[in-house]
Amino acid sequence: MPTNGAPTKITQGSQTKGGIGESTLRPDGILKVTGEFAYSSDMWHEDMLWGQILRSTVAHAEIVSIDTSEALATPGVYAVMTYDDLPTEVKNYGLEIQDTPVLAHGKVRHHGEPVAVVAADHPETARRAAAKIKVEYRELPVITDEASATAPDAILVHENRTDHHVGHVPHPNIVHRQPIIRGDVTQAARKADVVVRGEYSFGMQDQAFLGPESGLAVPEEDGGVHLYIATQWLHSDLRQIAPVLGLPEEKVRMTLAGVGGAFGGREDLSMQIHACLLALRTGKPVKIVYNRFESFFGHVHRHPARLYYEHGATKEGKLTHVKCRIVLDGGAYASASPAVVGNAASLGIGPYVVDDVEVEAIALYTNNPPCGAMRGFGAVQACFAYEAQMDKVAQRLGMDPVEFRQLNAMEQGTIMPTGQPVDSPAPVAELLRRVKAMPMPPERQWESSEGADVRQLPGGLSNTTHGEGVVRGVGYAVGIKNVGFSEGFDDYSTARVRMEVIAGEPVATVHTAMAEVGQGGVTVHAQIARTELGVAQVTIHPADTRVGSAGSTSASRQTYVTGGAVKNACELVREKVLEIGRRKFGSYHPAWAGAELLLEGGKVVTDGGEVLADLADVLGEEAVEVEEEWRHRPTEAFDLRTGQGFGHVQYSFAAHRAVVEVDTELGMVKVVELACAQDVGKALNPLSVLGQIQGGTAQGLGIAVMEEIVVDPKTAKVRNPSFTDYLIPTILDTPTIPVDVLELADDHAPYGLRGVGEAPTLSSTPAVLAAIRNATGLELNRTPVRPEHLTGTS
Amino acid sequence: MRVNFTVNGRPQEADDVWEGESLLYVLRERLGLPGSKNACEQGECGSCTVRLDGVPVCACLVAAGQVEGREVVTVEGLAEYAKQRAEGGCGTGACGTTLQDARQWRATGTDSQAGQGTELSPIQQAFIDAGAVQCGFCTPGLLVAADEMLERHPNPSDADIREALSGNLCRCTGYEKIMDAVRLAAARQGEAV
Amino acid sequence: MDFLRPASWEEALAAKAEHPTAVPIAGGTDVMVEINFDHRRPEYLLDLTRVGDLYEWEAGEDSVRLGASVPYTKIMENLRTELPGLALASHTVASPQIRNRGGVGGNLGTASPAGDAHPALLAAGAEVEAESVRGTRLIPIDAFYTGVKRNALAADELIRAVHIKKADGPQQFSKVGTRNAMVIAVCAFGIALHPETRTVRTGIGSAAPTPVRAKAAEEFLNAALDEGGFWDNGKIITPSVAKQFADLCAGACNPIDDVRGTASYRRHAVGVMARRTLTWTWESYRGARRHTEGAA
Repeated sequence: MPTNGAPTKITQGSQTKGGIGESTLRPDGILKVTGEFAYSSDMWHEDMLWGQILRSTVAHAEIVSIDTSEALATPGVYAVMTYDDLPTEVKNYGLEIQDTPVLAHGKVRHHGEPVAVVAADHPETARRAAAKIKVEYRELPVITDEASATAPDAILVHENRTDHHVGHVPHPNIVHRQPIIRGDVTQAARKADVVVRGEYSFGMQDQAFLGPESGLAVPEEDGGVHLYIATQWLHSDLRQIAPVLGLPEEKVRMTLAGVGGAFGGREDLSMQIHACLLALRTGKPVKIVYNRFESFFGHVHRHPARLYYEHGATKEGKLTHVKCRIVLDGGAYASASPAVVGNAASLGIGPYVVDDVEVEAIALYTNNPPCGAMRGFGAVQACFAYEAQMDKVAQRLGMDPVEFRQLNAMEQGTIMPTGQPVDSPAPVAELLRRVKAMPMPPERQWESSEGADVRQLPGGLSNTTHGEGVVRGVGYAVGIKNVGFSEGFDDYSTARVRMEVIAGEPVATVHTAMAEVGQGGVTVHAQIARTELGVAQVTIHPADTRVGSAGSTSASRQTYVTGGAVKNACELVREKVLEIGRRKFGSYHPAWAGAELLLEGGKVVTDGGEVLADLADVLGEEAVEVEEEWRHRPTEAFDLRTGQGFGHVQYSFAAHRAVVEVDTELGMVKVVELACAQDVGKALNPLSVLGQIQGGTAQGLGIAVMEEIVVDPKTAKVRNPSFTDYLIPTILDTPTIPVDVLELADDHAPYGLRGVGEAPTLSSTPAVLAAIRNATGLELNRTPVRPEHLTGTS
Repeated sequence: MRVNFTVNGRPQEADDVWEGESLLYVLRERLGLPGSKNACEQGECGSCTVRLDGVPVCACLVAAGQVEGREVVTVEGLAEYAKQRAEGGCGTGACGTTLQDARQWRATGTDSQAGQGTELSPIQQAFIDAGAVQCGFCTPGLLVAADEMLERHPNPSDADIREALSGNLCRCTGYEKIMDAVRLAAARQGEAV
Repeated sequence: MDFLRPASWEEALAAKAEHPTAVPIAGGTDVMVEINFDHRRPEYLLDLTRVGDLYEWEAGEDSVRLGASVPYTKIMENLRTELPGLALASHTVASPQIRNRGGVGGNLGTASPAGDAHPALLAAGAEVEAESVRGTRLIPIDAFYTGVKRNALAADELIRAVHIKKADGPQQFSKVGTRNAMVIAVCAFGIALHPETRTVRTGIGSAAPTPVRAKAAEEFLNAALDEGGFWDNGKIITPSVAKQFADLCAGACNPIDDVRGTASYRRHAVGVMARRTLTWTWESYRGARRHTEGAA
């Protein structure tokens, strides 16, 4: 109680242990450290079969014939299915545009496209049988870039398009085009004292989640199927799966199995329909597990991009205008390409104030691997380019790159190029200030009394330098990412919250369909329930389709939207509990009639802290349960000609400072430190927030110096589908990542929070690139930077 | 073929094993021990790290037939393994557990999704406490590798930790919290001595 | 597929004689990946992990007889003095887990130009002890690599051990990969100074169809060191000599462009590594000389 006599207002949950703002521990932590957490690839069922997918060995071809007879005759094989075996007229799926065949129909459009599926009693039997399927291809020329896609005589990757973008794209091999025009760029350019033009290219990144695509489909007695699956959005999967199976949605039951990371790569379907088809065909449970090789073909990647920028500035350092053109390679199928285009366009100039802007973003259809969602999509590619431009302009002006950015930094109230005002804190300059103010890592940390410690040098254990050729560089970058689904999408979540007394204790159960992919949503849901309901015990119900949709675990949205839904449902439960209390006990104490009653520590208390009743007594035998959808404020589509519109519900910002040491002779890079400052609005779980920021930062480091799916431009075939040649950072490649977290509340969002997951992936890459440029003096217009680029030997 | 070996102190027999199967497959699909993870199956991620006769190896690169008569410790047996080591039992995995004990370790009360009541090794507890677990797919392999490193080097430098764990990929955490966890386990281990 | 489990070296040789297509497996680093990814379906797998002899090493007067399956970790821990180049190379092999299980026999059996042990073996000087039921022969390392992933072994032969010259001077090993750990070589370089014979030997990995020595570079350097009396006077090697050595090493490469690196980069990097490792070893030699002189 207050000691100085002044009444302290207790707000709901502030007295409850384990509520929001605390670093409570993961509810799944113990299961995960003991090996008992059941990931999708761990599923097992008596009598189950193994599914295997036969994939195309060429990127673009007509299928002349498929002969499955020998495969079917293999002992141990229960089913072989091709396009002809699909049960209904619905044979395609897709997130927005249903252009992806469940199994190839007459044509394959990319390397590794599924052509047939096999079910057998052992994975090796299934593999051998799949190898016996004879597919005859007649190869077609491959479309691999903008020039070949939009040539007048280009083969159409998709003939007879009927999607809603086809009407406004300049060529049928363009999935979607989004211009953004604001002010008058030509006029504004006249005010520019310096104009900097740059052309950039961004490689194809893989999500490289560690848990491979996998799941188990179990046929059910009512003719339906139960799918245990690792995904980012159960209900989106459901909507795509059920029509292909010819089943009503209620006969396709889905339960979230353990998800071994996602990062966007599980937004699209992978083996879901294949497993269900085989299970329904054979009447037996069917498990499919990709190996790492197949995983590289089994999900969409981050769009590679070509980006063309023009920045103008006055000699005082004010940006006059920005023009840019962003060409994203969507590959063979649309996936999330339209949304990626929308992000790239609307966030294409970065977190800066520019009144005169001309942006064009397009995504191509090509025969390259399909690309779609990956952490920070659209915004990541743009940030790499505009931050390189900002450094170049600063250099031309002779200004400090951080000061130049701060001079042009957006803030609350800034109007975006889309015309949308930024109506919550946008501390861009402050984040830069903070990240710059962090102490620098000591020089030459590799030096020790016993000579050079190669583990701290470029090249690491490979022993390539003992200090020779090593030059330090420092670089800065800042980025802007939207949070949540944009452009008018009805972005809602559903939460079911139940409160009851178990063994004398009030217990809350939170049931959502939110995909826990590692981000810690389950931790936060329990915290919200504790805060809102004043209980100690919260049970998180496994995610499944027996509750309404929670939307996707992507776009940094889950804490905001499903967290918001849980908060909302808890508030409704609280009201009902108080109603019961008033009904039962209202006559005993006048305070029951007051408005400010709280649930704290398992009791109903007044806002003065007086205890009115135990929750256990209020509830007795009754259980209170609420299931409600919750939406953030609506957004609207961008105008197709001008790009104007209130497109995004929230923005998030992060800034990085990279310190690198480059072996300038061998072109090897050691990132020494990657400091980050980020505004998170309100850290519901500070430990998880750090985990997100550090993890996102490391993925940005990967795209800066090593990660790229290499596609042969002549054949459109993937050249490095393995962890031997697609490299992601090891613990020796990843530096210390000090983080400065800023919490400036967004009044529109639950608890003032701001989506965290993606922003750090944006600025990490350009900061590392800037540091390498600083060390080497090279221009470096592509990422990832390879040793060849630093040594003039590419 | 048939393969007989010991897993987490308990004799195991796998029948009808295809000769091309890995130890990883046998553990996961035949013995009901899916804790060792199948992230790459090419020795490039460390998620399937187990101890084979005490030595950390990638279970995906061990042919099933090669473990005939050998001793394997997986993440599922890590807590018991660490406990025996702490009690001065043999830390090499070669001393074995009685069948009775082996059956019990798995049964220790997991009363909810959180699994409260489960006995953990210091490194397992440290991973939870430090926030080193996100999706958790790399966790089992990292735990086995980190536990073995702390057995050899009770006071590792940061560079030692990084080197010892350089065969274990993590895609979620950026490794910072993993570093924290190993430092924490080392510190607690130091205090306990 | 059949799984053969010989309990002794004699049984292993008999099995290999009976089934010449049998694929030997010990650490499994290469073989298991090929099986897991469905790249290979051998008729027989010949497990060598039960043959204890293969896990032993003995240091003789002039050389170390290193059992084919001695894990890289053991080489790093136990043979740093006798085989410093190979110990350094061992430290760059894949991951700790793989170093715990893989051995030089696997590198030699696979004979991939990217095998990390090869440059060190070439530089140190070594012979491969190959044996079959017909008998034993010692294959000089220079004659062992016969093509891309091909070696001089006959179908019925197995690698019993490698006889590696004990270091009589400083050795170094350097490898470029596009990651700081757990990476396959883009290219690699090994160097060994042999003060007793007043020669320098080299080994280059991943920059030609097979691991190779930079013989022209060695000859040039041997002559230059000799002419300048460097072995005796212990002077710093002149930058021009180091540069020419590096250029000749780069010239010894016959690399390709692939997904791991360009040919041009490989040539360049081999040159840089050659210059640096020459400097490191020569400085070490000078240091040791000064130390010896100081003691005398």
